[in-house]
Amino acid sequence: MDVSAIKPNIFVEAMSNIFASNIEKLNNNSLKPDRKYFIELFKNKGIPDTKNEEYKYTNLITVLNNNYNYNLNPQKRNLKINDIFKCDVPELNADILILLNGHYYSEKEIIKEKANGIIIGSLSAAANKYPNIINKYLNQNQNNTDSLVALNKAFSTDGIFIYIPENITLTQPIQIINIAMADEDLMIQHRNMIIIDKNSKAEIIICDHTLSPKKFLTNQVLEIFAAENSQLSVTRLQNEHLGAVQISHSFISQGKSSKVTFNNITLHGGLVRNNIFVSLDGENSENYTNGLYFLDKGQHVDNYVFVEHKKPYCTSNQLFKGILDDYSTGAFTGKILVYRDAQKTLAYQSNKNILLSDDTKIDSRPQLEIYADDVKCSHGSAVGQMDENAMFYLQSRGISQKEARFMLLSGFSNEVIKQIEAEPLRLRVNDLIEKRLRGELSRCNNCEINCND
Amino acid sequence: MLKIKNLKASIDGKLILKGINLEINAGEVHAIMGPNGSGKITLASVITGKNIFDEIEGEIIFKGKDLLSMSPEDRAKEGIFLSFQYPVEIPGVNMLNFLKTAINEKRKYHNLEPLSGSDFMKIMREKKQIVEIDSQLTNRAVNEGFSGGEKKKNEIFQMAMLEPDLAILDETDSGLDIDALRIVANGVNKLKRPENSIIVITHYQRLLDYIIPDFVHILYDGRIVKSSGKELALELEEKGYDWIKNEQTENE
Repeated sequence: MDVSAIKPNIFVEAMSNIFASNIEKLNNNSLKPDRKYFIELFKNKGIPDTKNEEYKYTNLITVLNNNYNYNLNPQKRNLKINDIFKCDVPELNADILILLNGHYYSEKEIIKEKANGIIIGSLSAAANKYPNIINKYLNQNQNNTDSLVALNKAFSTDGIFIYIPENITLTQPIQIINIAMADEDLMIQHRNMIIIDKNSKAEIIICDHTLSPKKFLTNQVLEIFAAENSQLSVTRLQNEHLGAVQISHSFISQGKSSKVTFNNITLHGGLVRNNIFVSLDGENSENYTNGLYFLDKGQHVDNYVFVEHKKPYCTSNQLFKGILDDYSTGAFTGKILVYRDAQKTLAYQSNKNILLSDDTKIDSRPQLEIYADDVKCSHGSAVGQMDENAMFYLQSRGISQKEARFMLLSGFSNEVIKQIEAEPLRLRVNDLIEKRLRGELSRCNNCEINCND
Repeated sequence: MLKIKNLKASIDGKLILKGINLEINAGEVHAIMGPNGSGKITLASVITGKNIFDEIEGEIIFKGKDLLSMSPEDRAKEGIFLSFQYPVEIPGVNMLNFLKTAINEKRKYHNLEPLSGSDFMKIMREKKQIVEIDSQLTNRAVNEGFSGGEKKKNEIFQMAMLEPDLAILDETDSGLDIDALRIVANGVNKLKRPENSIIVITHYQRLLDYIIPDFVHILYDGRIVKSSGKELALELEEKGYDWIKNEQTENE
């Protein structure tokens, strides 16, 4: 199937045609969102262009202008989990879940329930086996009208499913490795769902990788539901090659007294757009959404964060930092909406950027919309160059210009990295970032699988 | 050790140093005094290699080598150290890592093996005592959230760690109370060796009560207008900088 997208309406038309000719197959999938409603929503709204306020700084039209293949069914590929594991966060001892081109990949069972009641595996298999759980969550976030979210929901037939029942403290993190690997240009859409029930605590790492040099267009949805008094930490590492387009939509819904930390780290990627929607639905809940992005060449990263304070006594804090080099471009939009009843809200937001070249550009938009009268909110954004005085200070101690620059950029990143709670992961991420800053991190298909070659 | 010959330097088209001549031998302590804007800090910046000048003329020879052609880091590795008047806060850069990198880069430059972790910690423990620096400070980011006194102690602590041949102390007394001043000055004195030299840049006599100079130079309008022994600092303290200014006007 061919998605010829020379013009936006052609992309819409192509997707509509694929949908129409596969409607039966889609409806037969165990995952049953209202696909017809979503494809209509997508057709009506089309691709958001730069006249759309939310997508003002990211031109999707040009990147959709490519012939991507689209597969509704998983394609067979030879993957050895151990080969991937060998180089990826080895000291973490994590439970590993693999997505290959948007489909759950496992040599053994595709969904498993562990002794402590934790369910992990394929979302579509979960919908089959645990319809009661899936039905409860599948149609939440329904009121989001982003046409790309609708496109995903119309098409997605699989993804990762994680369910952590009440009163469980996970001692090991769960790692999701999302791999794009194909012999031709490919469009990928998957839907991941993470549910953490009352009083439980867990840590999840998501790694996005491209492992072949083809062009990829990923349009993914991640839904996180954190119940009362739960604590969840999610760190996403995006490391895709320059020919990859990654559009991600993450929805985080939080119950009373829950605490969610979401760290989004973009190491490489061609065009990356991250939409993060946080909904503080219960009193006393806390959300920490942080981001770090390293851009060079012609990379573009656009982080869009929307935090809704719906109940009183909630705290949210966003910290996004970026380093831009060469002719890369970036954007940050942080929107905080405080509902009228959400008294005693604490909401903070900060975006800081270092531009290493005169040809880079960053658009930073902090936005506050407050309807309650007893709140504490602040936002700030800064764009600057390397601190020359700090550079000289380090050099005057005998540290070379190159090393001094590395130390300062690494120090700049540190404020975000230290938000990662678990030490092994923090050290590993730190290591990856240091490699990235030294220009030693590979960005292409020789990342994990071929790393020992 | 250091020979400065007819040094001229301009910033933003303005000539700040108008011909400095100065010679410092091993083991000597030189004080450079002068009113605001006379060029004291500029002189320290030229010696350490800060990239703020549009033109530098003249010569600086350090241990027989042409200093002006060297990068700031190579000057440091050759043995020049500047204690900053306003040490920069560097968030996210850990003190330990910073010091270890600095020391090992210097060792590498002199073809020495890098220090082992335990040797480094041992040396650090010894040197901390010299300036009575709080142990916790070395676990923090460089100068971040340090008090004024802590920052100055940290400068001298770094000096102790790096063991320079020539240390330039730029207004090390500013912002210090009497107790901190005594600790910092004692620290400097403990580091004094017959083979190393110190330049003390200061407005006031009070630091020179602790760090006793062999020579005092008065810098005025980009030139050294008076050089003498330590008694010059006392005379200056008594008569004030107007004495120098008036004398200069009379000469013109």
